Amino acid sequence: MKRKKEIAKVLSQKEIAKDIFDLWIESQSVTADGKAGQFVSLYTGDESRLLPRPISICEIDSDRNALRLVYRVTGEHTGTKIFSKMTEGDEIEILGPLGNGFDTSIPEDAILIGGGIGIPPMLELAKERSGKSYIVTGFKDSTFLMEDLQRWGEVAIATEDGSAGTKGTVLDAIRDNGIKADVLYACGPTPMLKAVKEYAKEEGIEKVYLSLEEKMACGVGACLACVCKSKEVDSHTHVKNKRVCKEGPVFSAWEVEF
Amino acid sequence: MNTKVSIAGVELKNPVMSASGTFGSGEEYSEFVDLNQLGAVVTKGVANVPWEGNPTPRIAETRSGMLNAIGLQNPGIDVFCKRDLPFLKQFDTKIIVNVCGRTTKDYMEVVERLGDEAVDLLEINVSCPNVKHGGIAFGQDPKCLLEVTREIKRVAKQPIIIKLSPNVTDIAEMAKTAEAGGADCVSLINTLLGMKIDIYKQSFSLANRTGGLSGPGIKPVALRMVHQVANAVTIPVIGMGGITSWEDGVEFLLAGATGIAVGTANFNDPTSMIKIKNGIEEYLKTMNFDNVADIIGLVK
Repeated sequence: MKRKKEIAKVLSQKEIAKDIFDLWIESQSVTADGKAGQFVSLYTGDESRLLPRPISICEIDSDRNALRLVYRVTGEHTGTKIFSKMTEGDEIEILGPLGNGFDTSIPEDAILIGGGIGIPPMLELAKERSGKSYIVTGFKDSTFLMEDLQRWGEVAIATEDGSAGTKGTVLDAIRDNGIKADVLYACGPTPMLKAVKEYAKEEGIEKVYLSLEEKMACGVGACLACVCKSKEVDSHTHVKNKRVCKEGPVFSAWEVEF
Repeated sequence: MNTKVSIAGVELKNPVMSASGTFGSGEEYSEFVDLNQLGAVVTKGVANVPWEGNPTPRIAETRSGMLNAIGLQNPGIDVFCKRDLPFLKQFDTKIIVNVCGRTTKDYMEVVERLGDEAVDLLEINVSCPNVKHGGIAFGQDPKCLLEVTREIKRVAKQPIIIKLSPNVTDIAEMAKTAEAGGADCVSLINTLLGMKIDIYKQSFSLANRTGGLSGPGIKPVALRMVHQVANAVTIPVIGMGGITSWEDGVEFLLAGATGIAVGTANFNDPTSMIKIKNGIEEYLKTMNFDNVADIIGLVK
């Protein structure tokens, strides 16, 4: 069999903002084959929480086979809460890399737009790209990953409460800072992705790549839980339901409807 | 050690198979599992035409289980025969095709179409809780069940398995009805109808509002029903519902299941079916049984 789960060792973990955790784990498979925009299935190790949690790749450090995952704890009795308690030396079952990932070969200047917990994948994307990256980040209040992102591109910030950067949305920050580019990459909540698509239409930007999120079960394309509405028929069912875990999570904005 | 079991004249190399809907047609999981080691692959439900399925979210995790309301998204019989069957034929395992439909005619169309294909058994899904027409409606009304079983049996070239719903008052009655209609085997249980509410959004967690509960949380219910049915009919029973470990598998065999299907456990561990198969073999060795058939229905 070509693929299997891997037992990864936790290298370090810290809380970098409220409920946002920065986890480094050692992984052969993901650091060897993974790329920006792909994700990893994390298993809780708790037999009463069966489903893997899909977490996007934040950063890959191939030199030390290290994979960085930055995720949000979604509640008190959740799988992510279990992950957040792990410390150096703990073991965690993972499967990945999964999904298609971003096209990083596009050389033109690009705006990398991340909203909330959609920001982490923008770090590895900015790292892997050759073209110039403007990284626009949207937060509710407190920011995270700023120093890391600043190493790979020009960073603009939007916060809902105005505590940092532009008060408002990521699009307000783009306009505020006069940022222009021919390519857009975005990951974040659906209303943000919708707004990015509208913005691209207004500006006539054709190369627009959105990373979608949907509730998943298997993570490998078998169960058909995580579909999204697509313009073209999908390869599996030949209807217009692309699988976020398999054909995605990254889609051209013009390919998906939401 | 003989792990072979026979279901309606079809010999499986071991009793372990995938549960319909969790395993596609095997292709995606073949990256992780050697399909040759399975007794059978049971495909996701296939209809006469493509079905789009339900809106998302289609999945919600629950403690020791999960709810799904996929809505039987499937590519239809044409694509299935052209793409999925040739894929499955490469492997040394039995092929059980799960058939779904909105009307009796839909089922019959698929069953007739599969008549000339190298398919070993047909599993008739009369128990999906997530579609408005067909599915469970056939499996909850004895009259409907009798009629649809008879009609399908009339045109089927392969033996048929009727997949039963646990969402009934007396599942043994439904099993007897299927048997009376000519079913060659029954499989149970399909999922239990359930619900989850998102307390922050103050709405249903599933777009379909309700979904089918599966996973280890439902195992005691499934086991009880399998035992009840195995003692009520003379045709073989395929047991499923929360089987996660080899111990679970042994319980179902002891309760009277000739075959055991593994579903939700695949999501947690893609190799769980292989582990269950190996664990059952070890158990038989340790307990000095030469033949898996010797433990089927041992607990009366």
